[in-house]
Amino acid sequence: MLDDEATAGPKFTGNIPAAREPGAAHGGIMSPQRAQNPGGTLLQLRDVTFSIGAQVILENIDLEIGKGEFVCVVGVSGCGKTTMLRLLAGLLTPTKGAAYYRGAAVSGPQRDIALVFQDYVKALLPWRNAAGNVALALEPTGVPRRARAARIEALLRKVGLEGHATKFPGEMSGGMQQRLQIARCLAQDPAVLLMDEPFGALDAMTRQGLQDEILSIVALSGATGFFVTHDIEEAIYLADRVIGLLPRPGRIGTSFTINLPRPRDQLTTREHPEFLRLRRELLDFVKAHEA
Amino acid sequence: MSAAPRKFDGRGLLVPAGLLVLAELAFWVTGMQSDSLAPPSRVLVAGVNALADGSLILGTAQTLGSALVGVTIGFSLGLGVGIVLGMFRFLDRLLEVAIETIRPVPAIALFPIALLVFGFGYRMEFAIVAFASVWPALILSRAAVASVEPRLFEIARLLQLGFFARTFKIVLPAALPRIVVALRLTVGLALIMAVTIEISSNTIGLGNAMMQAQASLDPARMLAFLVWIGIVGWTLNALMLAAQKRIFGSILSGEAQL
Repeated sequence: MLDDEATAGPKFTGNIPAAREPGAAHGGIMSPQRAQNPGGTLLQLRDVTFSIGAQVILENIDLEIGKGEFVCVVGVSGCGKTTMLRLLAGLLTPTKGAAYYRGAAVSGPQRDIALVFQDYVKALLPWRNAAGNVALALEPTGVPRRARAARIEALLRKVGLEGHATKFPGEMSGGMQQRLQIARCLAQDPAVLLMDEPFGALDAMTRQGLQDEILSIVALSGATGFFVTHDIEEAIYLADRVIGLLPRPGRIGTSFTINLPRPRDQLTTREHPEFLRLRRELLDFVKAHEA
Repeated sequence: MSAAPRKFDGRGLLVPAGLLVLAELAFWVTGMQSDSLAPPSRVLVAGVNALADGSLILGTAQTLGSALVGVTIGFSLGLGVGIVLGMFRFLDRLLEVAIETIRPVPAIALFPIALLVFGFGYRMEFAIVAFASVWPALILSRAAVASVEPRLFEIARLLQLGFFARTFKIVLPAALPRIVVALRLTVGLALIMAVTIEISSNTIGLGNAMMQAQASLDPARMLAFLVWIGIVGWTLNALMLAAQKRIFGSILSGEAQL
């Protein structure tokens, strides 16, 4: 995080002084907390600019994500959150700069980087049942057919879909379909889970349940999380670090370290004074740049 | 061709049945003699005779056989090219002008050339039916592939599926319902083409049998064949529709029931 500031700082001070104000006003919020990078940097965007034609979507993005870290990105729609995620996934190539995974420049999707899309309806194969959809991720790996069945069953159990293996996506609720997509992503044995507003289309209760499940999955597997959302509370609840993006062109406006204790709890964490303070802090940041 | 399976409603038959009765009565009342029309009862008798002398069955076998062989050749060709063009847009753009130049040629306009090359008989009919079948197969399967959800292609990339896995696990299953609709429409067209060729002068099939009846001033027999061709076309479509619903009904209801 300090690295980010060191590199990004000079570039930002010129054109967006306002971006620093929320943090500065409340003092200790940007306090040196270097705990996020205990395992070293896993993913990195180094001076990345991405534009489509003359339109600059993201400009001079510098970001390091440590191994095992959970980073949430918030920002208004159209500020480049999803583009950032797709650059990390290797689905897009930066116009300038590069994305790095395990120190090597990313030139395309990686086997152990999984991506959970928001629109689960489009992301599942409607002609395959739940087990078949999970199998899609296992088929290219050369996992023997025998071992596959047991693995699929374990994955479905992990996301709470045991007993639904023969159901087709069309026969499932939205929450179940999103669980199924998560199960397929877990079948990749991901070291990195990229999530693009995965719970945006779900009702509040289902969303909270899935938030906790994602946290426990990440805690168990030690996977690194990169989570795009426009829900500030969701971001604080999940993350070790929340990054606020500013729009037109998309750039990093602020970065908050979240020092809330883990494991997190939907009731106590959300009532924690630190949670409320961070929430206020981030809301102020978003408000300041809304107009 | 309605999407929802409706209960059979006998009232729909009232109008055609009434018209048939009216036609029958009109013939008996006026005592009309005609070279082009016949009362329904005589058409029915002529139909039974045609069935009895074997010409109806032979003609049906010849026409359906030609249509199905032609459509098999033409549809496979069109399907293959359509899938490739749907997956590789640069090839599509490359061939666009060539395809759009040849496609509007009415298949029946190839009749003189096909006749010179193949002579009368099956092969000429196969060739023209196949030519006619290529285009709907190509255009519709190309559109089916091109309209596969882009997200699925991204997932194929993320899971690092190879070309064959991508084609057979993602693209084809996703496009299949539309491709089956294309097949059904193409089979209908193939039957039309086969009968047209037979009427215009080929020496086989139902169309030819109908023309012979006309030439021998037997309107009842001619009309019997006409009605039978209608029944064959309707049955073929109904069978394909039933098969399509059976295969895709439960999974993709409402998706491609055109």
